[in-house]
Amino acid sequence: MQAVFYFSHVTTASCDACRQGSPSFSEKSRGGVRFFDLCRRFQRVQTDQLPPPRLQLRRIDKRFPGCHANKAVSLTLQPGEIHALLGENGAGKSTLVKIVYGVQQADSGEILWDGQPVHIGSPAQARALGIGMVFQHFSLFESLTVTENIALGINAREPLEDLATRIAEVSQRYGLPLDPQRHVHDLSVGERQRVEITRCLLQNPRLLIMDEPTSVLTPQEADTLFETLRRLRDEGCTILYISHKLEEIRALCSQATVLRAGDVVGSCDPRENSARALAQMMIGTELKTARSSISGTRRGEARLQVTNLSLGSLQPFGVDLKDISLSVHSGEIVGIAGVAGNGQNELMAALSGEHRSADHDAIHINGQPVGRLGPKRRRDLGMGFVPEERLGRGAVPDLSLADNALLSGYGRQALVSRGLISFRKVNAYADRIIQAFNVRTHGRRAEARSLSGGNLQKFIIGREILQKPKLLICAQPTWGVDAGAAAQIHQALLDLRDQGAAVLVVSQDLDELFTIADRIAVMCHGRLSSLRAARETTVEQVGLLMGGLFDSADEWEDDHGA
Amino acid sequence: MSIELLDATALLLVAMMRAAVPLALAALGELVTEKSGVLNLGVEGMMLTGAVAAFAATVSTGSMTFGLLAAMLAGMAMALLFGFLTLYLLTNQVATGLALTIFGIGLSAFVGQGFVGQTVEPMAAVSLGALSQIPLIGKLVFGQDPMVYLTLALTGVIWWFFARARAGLVVRAVGESPHAAHAIGYPVRLIRLGAVLFGGACCGLAGAYLSLVYTPMWVEGMTAGRGWIALALVVFATWRPWRALLGAWLFGGITIIQLHVQGMGVDLPSQVLSMLPYLATIVVLVLISRDSTRIRLNAPASIGKVFHPEG
Repeated sequence: MQAVFYFSHVTTASCDACRQGSPSFSEKSRGGVRFFDLCRRFQRVQTDQLPPPRLQLRRIDKRFPGCHANKAVSLTLQPGEIHALLGENGAGKSTLVKIVYGVQQADSGEILWDGQPVHIGSPAQARALGIGMVFQHFSLFESLTVTENIALGINAREPLEDLATRIAEVSQRYGLPLDPQRHVHDLSVGERQRVEITRCLLQNPRLLIMDEPTSVLTPQEADTLFETLRRLRDEGCTILYISHKLEEIRALCSQATVLRAGDVVGSCDPRENSARALAQMMIGTELKTARSSISGTRRGEARLQVTNLSLGSLQPFGVDLKDISLSVHSGEIVGIAGVAGNGQNELMAALSGEHRSADHDAIHINGQPVGRLGPKRRRDLGMGFVPEERLGRGAVPDLSLADNALLSGYGRQALVSRGLISFRKVNAYADRIIQAFNVRTHGRRAEARSLSGGNLQKFIIGREILQKPKLLICAQPTWGVDAGAAAQIHQALLDLRDQGAAVLVVSQDLDELFTIADRIAVMCHGRLSSLRAARETTVEQVGLLMGGLFDSADEWEDDHGA
Repeated sequence: MSIELLDATALLLVAMMRAAVPLALAALGELVTEKSGVLNLGVEGMMLTGAVAAFAATVSTGSMTFGLLAAMLAGMAMALLFGFLTLYLLTNQVATGLALTIFGIGLSAFVGQGFVGQTVEPMAAVSLGALSQIPLIGKLVFGQDPMVYLTLALTGVIWWFFARARAGLVVRAVGESPHAAHAIGYPVRLIRLGAVLFGGACCGLAGAYLSLVYTPMWVEGMTAGRGWIALALVVFATWRPWRALLGAWLFGGITIIQLHVQGMGVDLPSQVLSMLPYLATIVVLVLISRDSTRIRLNAPASIGKVFHPEG
């Protein structure tokens, strides 16, 4: 592996730096002796007949109106390597891989496949070359079956019955079991991803592109995925891997290229760098770790009290909530961990007021029973809510940021008087959010859907926090958000707590919960474990609870609590 | 039961199937268009254009085949206009469809001015000699005009297309999520344009049936709202071709029955009787399509939404 890495470095440096004088790579070969050395090695490589790189991008350039997405990006991928593509939200990673997959066309630049220049005009051409791609936002059709979905995404024409057999076979072989007859809308997120991966595997890919594959997976599902990827790598497949989870990249990838604002700013071996160093390369400045400004927690009165809440799910394949009890006090952050699909969505709906409970006393906010009240009345009592689904629940995709700010803030920010909207106040409020939370956008008139995931999340959380909620309920606050933005969001939540608010965070990311939460509980099969202090809990313990082993973990507590 | 009564029933059924043809053709065309995710509210306008084109071509050339061809071309021309506006210039589908209907009404009246009062020889029924003489089923099964059989065949073909054919799967996928279809490399706009053009051709034929076969003459606005009923049929049939045909037959049947009832001089206001086909069709189709999960599976999720390949 080390050898492959070294050669890739050599070929990249000598080819690109010598022939094209790429500024980003010439930097690395500035030292005269080192450069000479590299060239000599390169010659030796040539005579040894090393296979040409699987894929080589040379000075790929792409502009969109108002945005220079890729600035002369060069990249070399060797056969059988897992290569990470790093960068903040909006650094141009997705655009680059879309160009490789033929979804978009580069304005200029060259693509070499196995050393031969190629033109990739469409995804079908890319697939014919042996390039497969798993999209960040799945390219699946909900109302169609697994087989139909896969049939649509492969070039080969074969009867659906035969295809179904092959799907079952291949998915089983790679440890991604799938039922070919099921409709996609019945599948969990993890299963949907299996559909996408199986679709690629059926075509024996030689390059597999994965755009943030684990942002929606549970830790266990992610482990299964890594097994599959390592196996593919051993079979000689090259994998281009995009992710924000740096620890994951350090465990999986042997080479990384970092993009910032459309430029290649460097490449390295992620195994030899800390996650912190990688993050700093991505954002270009010192990464700030979120930390509380005050020492020790100052717990006050209970702001949210849930007692024996049982509620059937509104979704046909949802999870019923069973006897949930929970309290969140002012001045603390309570984290709820758990594998997605264990009732978190149902709990969020019950707490926000989207799904009202029959038992009025099951939920108290600020000491008042609210079980049968709707979201508006609960907000009036001081609740703020950040849902998991940003586009559609957290924000209206087609409305501007200013309008989205108005929608949740009109009451507490007094944006409306005598039934008339004060646009002056709305605009000022939106600008305040954008400034305070460093939302990168071209202004308050930008449509919500035009923002990248991390920036929109900063806007939504900022919108709620500026309303000074007494209780903030937050689902997956940093889902798909890059390291820099995640640190900002964590800091904002800690600051809110330090100002005396109660914060409830539901997240699948255990690192996140251990960074910010004071107390942690775990959801499994619609039940909630008891809350325990984060400082006295270990990741292993929470992992056990996530697997539903409430009793064994409770025993642990008995042993150590005594 | 006497042979005469059976024959009368057969004649009634024959009339019903004839009355259903324009509705069924238009509904099937619109069904394909909507399955690709495009809502074309211009059905009425395309039918009228088809009707006048068919009549004019038949009168001028004396050939009904040319008339039918002209109707299909006219319907497709209107659909092309709609497709260009909505798919390439990204105009709103609802507004453009309504405009297309209004445009079609005006255009057909203008073109048809010279043809008012003329007649053409109606399309002959299929004659299979002895077979067509069998009591009851002779006329019903073997003695209809060719368009009735065409409608039946088309229903079967469209069903097969969406249920079995790969191309049908692609159209469904485009209607479900144009962005996903684009991402895996399908030419979304071309596929949609094809579906829109097919819809236009069907609506043109539906109009031609009115002006050449059903009432062989040209009258301004002769579709009398059938385009709108066809649109409703598609939705109530939950985008399933056989149900759309069933709905068309139901509508045609009640239209014929209420005419007979009016003829017998039943003491009910004729306006109430004229309302019956509309009411009954909607009630029945609502009743048979109450299963919301099935509707969700069949309804094209992206219907009416503007799609732009870059964003």
